[in-house]
Amino acid sequence: MKREVQRTGIFTRRALLLLGGQLGILGALGARMYQVQVTEGQRYITLADENRISARMIAPPRGRILDRFGIVVAGSSTNWRAVLVAEQANNVQATLDAFSKLLPLSEYERARIDRDLHRNRKFIPVMVKEFLTWDEMASIQVNAPDLPGIVVDAGTTRNYPFSNKLAHLVGYVAPPNEADVAEDPLLGLPGLRIGRAGMEKFHDLALRGRAGAVQLEVNAVGRVIRELDHQEGQPGEEVGLTIDAGLQEFVLSTLGDESASSVVMDCRNGEVLAMATNPSFDPSVFNSGVSQSQWLEWTKDRRTPLINKATTGLYAPGSTFKMAVALAGLESGALKPGDHIECPGFLDLGDTRFHCWRKGGHGIQDLHMGLKNSCDVYFYEVARRTGMDKIAAMANRLGLGVELQLDLPGQRNGLIPTREWRQGQGHPWNIGDTVVAGIGQGYIQVTPLQLATYVSRLASGRLVDPHLTRSIGGVLQPGSQPEDYPVLAMPEKMLDEVRGGMWAVVNEPGGTAPLGRLPDTTVQLAGKTGSAQVRRVSRELRESGHFDSEKLPWEYRPHALFVAFAPYDAPRYAVAVVIEHGNAGAAAAAPMARDIMAETLRRDPSNRTEAPPKQVAENIR
Amino acid sequence: MMERRLWREPSFDIMAKFLRVNWLYVVLLCCLACVGYTALYSAGGGPEPYAARHIMRFAVGVIIMLAIGMVDIRIIAKLAWPAWLFGVALLVLTLRMGHVGKGAQRWLELGGLQLQPSELMKLALILALASWFHKASWERMGNPLFLVPPIIATLIPAGLILKEPNLGTATITMMLGGAIFFAAGVRWWKFALVIAPLPFLAKIAYAHLHDYQRARIDTFMHPESDPLGAGYNIIQSKIALGSGGMWGKGFMQGTQGHLDFLPEKQTDFIFTIIGEEFGFVGGIIVIALLCLIILGGMYIALRCRHQFGRLVALGIATNFFLYVFVNLAMVMGAIPVGGVPLPLVSHGGSAMLTVMIGFGVLMSVHVHRDVEFAGTRDEH
Repeated sequence: MKREVQRTGIFTRRALLLLGGQLGILGALGARMYQVQVTEGQRYITLADENRISARMIAPPRGRILDRFGIVVAGSSTNWRAVLVAEQANNVQATLDAFSKLLPLSEYERARIDRDLHRNRKFIPVMVKEFLTWDEMASIQVNAPDLPGIVVDAGTTRNYPFSNKLAHLVGYVAPPNEADVAEDPLLGLPGLRIGRAGMEKFHDLALRGRAGAVQLEVNAVGRVIRELDHQEGQPGEEVGLTIDAGLQEFVLSTLGDESASSVVMDCRNGEVLAMATNPSFDPSVFNSGVSQSQWLEWTKDRRTPLINKATTGLYAPGSTFKMAVALAGLESGALKPGDHIECPGFLDLGDTRFHCWRKGGHGIQDLHMGLKNSCDVYFYEVARRTGMDKIAAMANRLGLGVELQLDLPGQRNGLIPTREWRQGQGHPWNIGDTVVAGIGQGYIQVTPLQLATYVSRLASGRLVDPHLTRSIGGVLQPGSQPEDYPVLAMPEKMLDEVRGGMWAVVNEPGGTAPLGRLPDTTVQLAGKTGSAQVRRVSRELRESGHFDSEKLPWEYRPHALFVAFAPYDAPRYAVAVVIEHGNAGAAAAAPMARDIMAETLRRDPSNRTEAPPKQVAENIR
Repeated sequence: MMERRLWREPSFDIMAKFLRVNWLYVVLLCCLACVGYTALYSAGGGPEPYAARHIMRFAVGVIIMLAIGMVDIRIIAKLAWPAWLFGVALLVLTLRMGHVGKGAQRWLELGGLQLQPSELMKLALILALASWFHKASWERMGNPLFLVPPIIATLIPAGLILKEPNLGTATITMMLGGAIFFAAGVRWWKFALVIAPLPFLAKIAYAHLHDYQRARIDTFMHPESDPLGAGYNIIQSKIALGSGGMWGKGFMQGTQGHLDFLPEKQTDFIFTIIGEEFGFVGGIIVIALLCLIILGGMYIALRCRHQFGRLVALGIATNFFLYVFVNLAMVMGAIPVGGVPLPLVSHGGSAMLTVMIGFGVLMSVHVHRDVEFAGTRDEH
């Protein structure tokens, strides 16, 4: 009895102990709940919203690029692609295996797909194959039951109607890399491209547009429940070029198979109407990825299709440089237009003999004759009198050997040597270097675009800058009026002396480039030939009389150059043509420049309304 | 000795028994079932598919509970060891031919009814241990040999459950047995002897755990290490709970539950819905209700005048507490995730049935609290 009471007492104590412990533990859980819900509540509220709200971007359509007449040179078209939604596939690998039986997937592609699948959550579509043809699409649709998770959708791709004809200029787009995405998350959207070269790169931000955003309420697997907020994006701006795509095509067909480049500029305002480089490449290839064989073919071609020769090809200007030498001489006072210099066919300086291109020499020459005949000895002498520093300053002023304000990424500056530059290299400047520079040889290197700018500036008398952008989003960009550019602070009379010489090169009997004459005799073209040696001609070879550049291997032949402007009396357009290893400027480059100029004038509607040209002869003495 | 009864045997017709039912306790259980109805209504977005069935099952459960409550506790005591044998047999059967779910054999299909034998086993174990200690005097409790049979009776089912494998329920079974040993009066130092080597045993056990069990423990330690994988449940559960704040988002306004971020929200994680929609205040009210039910069970135990009933009531109340504790702690990220539902709130017929059978036995203890049921022979 007593024991029973004792037992009950023990039970009561221990039961109360257990009860107390249990209630205490539940109380602790209540405290824990207080901590989670009240103390840290705000943090979890934020997390809950992050859970629930999924902000997604809407890719804006990339802006088009148009030529000056509104013809599309870069646009977007539909790109059919197969994507895989892992959530909808029972077995992702089995689906991919079935898919690759229809459309083979390379090992590399499989690896990329696996990586993307691993990175993204299961409801995010992962690209399997792009640029499906109609047949491929049909075979996917027919076999859809065997391909759970595969969805065909329409993306956009960049296309270039003028393909290789504007490749260097318009550039191309390519998939963004991780650094790009870090900068602008918009680029992370599947299928979005970034401008990698040319106008596509220079105006990438304007063309890209601004992403729209939707805020979606999603459930745990990412399925959209409803839309909370929708902000329209801004489509990319339309970029209008100064380029005339039709003229560009004409220029390229004129260049034919030559490894050549040509620039046509409006010399009054610097608008580039055509900037052609031959050969070229198809920019849309970059959109989908370049194959190795294609890449090898490009890089092995000695005519360098990937290089934009107009802005990065460096050439000695040869005789086309003589106008700059003449202007430097005239402005410095070292040369008077009437100064007579005798050309016996060579100039001796110390123990070095500098030859004129014409073996017997030209006899007595003045500036007009010197330019017309392209007499080397005359310009040796002018250069010697003027001095290199003044020549270099003038050349730079006219746009040679300096960086131009061109709205195209990647141009090279070339070089106009000065004494300081040469001394920086650890060599003294020799008078011989000045003399050689007088005919545009030696260390001088310029680009075809610089040549066109140079001619534009001396033809218009204004410091025009070449540019390719005419409008962005329909707004005309500054720089389209001649008044936007300062005048070349130089007496018009001096410029006229030089322009007259250029006129004579083409139009006067005995000029070096009679082939440059325009078929329409009412409009006259003024120009200058140039042949730039790529290899020094030895004295022995020259004196042996057997020197014939035509017989040299292609890569040792001199470059052929021709620069021109027209109409002579009211300069409107400037043209520069450089044919790599084309031998003689007069024979190879001048006819091309003539044809290009004729087409340029024909295509310009305003030209026809202008008054008939005044008598040209009046301007010549 | 029988002339001098310790207490008066009441006249026991069915009506008298009915009046002795602890109706307040029934009301408490109804309140908890209503909490379950509300939460399941929200989880299912309406009475279907969970809430309506939940309340139907509860109604059936109440009838079963009252029916068992009418059964004489002495009859139940006689059935204790047969029930234990039956439970062990079911566990063996489950291991042989049970339904494999989540890498463990836990379910037994019996005529369309899914049975989780481990739940029935716990009840049978409570009865068996209570019936054993019912006969034990303080002196016999001091005899170590007397403790051997109940220890074996606890270890056999615990081992079988561990083999399923179901670490959580096996642990709960052991703790439940321990609580009864404790209440029966096993000496303190014997507990110390058993508990002291536990950390070392745990280390050894960890090495022999199944991968998914180890993953549970690992992700519990560092849930952020794998937010979309194994740690997902814990993180999402805390987010849902935490975002409820002090007052909650309002009934049916919880975003995390409704957008399916919560896994198994209608079963194991039902409490997160309450926490999210009714906030800390709602949650603490539910915890208070749960405490009252435990308290009520203990009251019944203390109020009972025979050792068997006391131990059974204490065992059932402790079993309920262990359910509640494991579930709440799991939801709050305080212990590793284990598939333990919140009794009378979570969706699930089999669990509801076993819980209500347990409360039926508890009710029987209460109804027969004053019957003459002397166990200890040495008092004579």
